[in-house]
Amino acid sequence: MRLRNPFGRRPKEFPSHLWTQCPSCGEMLFNKQLARNLNVCTKCGHHFKLGAKERVEILADPRSFRETDADLSSTDPLGFVDSKPYPERIAAAQAKTGRRDAVITGDAALAGIPVVLAVMDFEFMGGSMGGVVGEKVTRAAERALAERKPLVIVAASGGARMQEGTIALMQMAKTIGAIARLDAAGIPFVTVLTDPTTGGVLASFASLGDIVLAEPGALIGFSGARVTSETIGEKLPTGFQRAEFLLEHGFVDQVVPRDQLKERIGFFLNAFRVAGQDLRWSL
Amino acid sequence: MSMIDRIVGGLRPPAPGSTAGNGHLAADAGLIVDASEMTARRTTPWMAVQTARNITRPHALEVIAGAFERFQELHGDRSFRDDPAIVGGIAELDGRPVVVVGQQKGASTEENIQRNFGMPHPEGYRKAIRLYRVAEKFHLPLVTLVDTPGAYPGPEGEERGQAESIASAIRALTTLATPIVVVVLGEGGSGGALALGVGDIVLALENSIYSVISPEGAAAILFRSATEAERAAQAMRLAAPDLLELGVVDALIPEPAGGAHTDHDATTRAIKTALVAQLDRLARVPVADLLSTRYERFRAFGTILEPPNEAPAPRRPWWARGSVRDLFLRMRI
Repeated sequence: MRLRNPFGRRPKEFPSHLWTQCPSCGEMLFNKQLARNLNVCTKCGHHFKLGAKERVEILADPRSFRETDADLSSTDPLGFVDSKPYPERIAAAQAKTGRRDAVITGDAALAGIPVVLAVMDFEFMGGSMGGVVGEKVTRAAERALAERKPLVIVAASGGARMQEGTIALMQMAKTIGAIARLDAAGIPFVTVLTDPTTGGVLASFASLGDIVLAEPGALIGFSGARVTSETIGEKLPTGFQRAEFLLEHGFVDQVVPRDQLKERIGFFLNAFRVAGQDLRWSL
Repeated sequence: MSMIDRIVGGLRPPAPGSTAGNGHLAADAGLIVDASEMTARRTTPWMAVQTARNITRPHALEVIAGAFERFQELHGDRSFRDDPAIVGGIAELDGRPVVVVGQQKGASTEENIQRNFGMPHPEGYRKAIRLYRVAEKFHLPLVTLVDTPGAYPGPEGEERGQAESIASAIRALTTLATPIVVVVLGEGGSGGALALGVGDIVLALENSIYSVISPEGAAAILFRSATEAERAAQAMRLAAPDLLELGVVDALIPEPAGGAHTDHDATTRAIKTALVAQLDRLARVPVADLLSTRYERFRAFGTILEPPNEAPAPRRPWWARGSVRDLFLRMRI
């Protein structure tokens, strides 16, 4: 039996509440430092998920964000029960995130430009889109149209919320309808696809931005891995459904690192501004 | 009476407690507009799934051949290839030229392989968009026939932008300046179905289903096992009478006793009668009204709880708040 020398070097210990290991390069990152670097690995640039609140903070100008429709919450249109009833799942998600549903919407200034901003929250039931997400995104688009402000949506979602069945599916048509009106009115719409953006959210408003940006390495795709293997009996090759893959195939305009996102969106919105009509978009 | 009711002539069942609603227009076309009429004929959700998927059910081309005349198929998306899982073209419906687009399943395994089991690729949806535009440009009504397990979820679909093609198809329909009638023939599988499923009137055959994800897919996610599909189907409320109750479809087209597969001719006749009646009605509505009503129809989905905007209770003075108040109350005792 080997005896351990009690005075020798101990293996390094990384308490998990203080340290996070980068899944890409294996580097141990001090949590505080990681947060200060916008949840991007300081060594290799791996983009960790970023919470919705932090996302609003890095995109909106300081103290400019005014949240709207914060207290909309979901009903249970189907009376859905799987391993537990849907209202219990919502209550648990609300308790976990402190939010009523999976998207934050509001008015903000972005690089000095007044915008309507919507940020999806993956922490809330996988950012899934049910009636509330659909309603808030639609209201955001309708407000952008009424006030003639650009709409910026940061997507992070597993897709439509199964527990709301076809009502969730119909949110795809509902949100797209509002986006189409924005389009017809010549108002800019920018989407940012973050890790992950899949299913019914990618197959609706998230794909339809005038400008579609994505974060490095983000999982972006139509079918979830489990549904694909269930339907066609094979797994998608690795590297499929990544931001860079979509860029290569022409479905994303740019892959933009997190620290440059705000500046880049600001650049496009400025370019789309009509001369002489300060901060307004022409008909 | 809402705007939608005015335009479709009270096709939708009246809201509970209202006496508006005039079912006679729907009765003309032999449609079922009230789910309670269905209670006696309802099967279990899992049986509904099986019937909707029955390989011998009439599929799009057969319905087109039976309900329309002089169909000329149009092929290709002008960019990549012709997707055999989506068919479409110009036909006449009771003498009136229309554009018809549908998802095509096969009636045999061989045919199903050729049609990819009715699972379209992105180029299929882009072909559909092209045909939608033809309908709009030449002021022809559009009829879509929905029958798909879903958009093809494989690597080729991802490579060619499955999600983008579906989103674009939905966008094209939401703003298409011509009347649209949707008929769900069998299986309405998720976003891949919705890409053909946005219209002024959405009809469904009595034994069809429509769902956000296949019961197998839902089971794989919720119960981590595809064999729990039956349980998932139960929870999802995907059968046609449920969809009528939820307002996802406006009316059901009755099938022959035993199901559509037992009598193809009767089924296509019923579809034709329904389509002719609805297109007649929609033809009289100005296009601007169609578009705003279509917007409102889909805008209305999703019940949400919104607390009323109450003014916050006036703040008590410092001595009447919390611990100070408690102290006073205790002292009084």
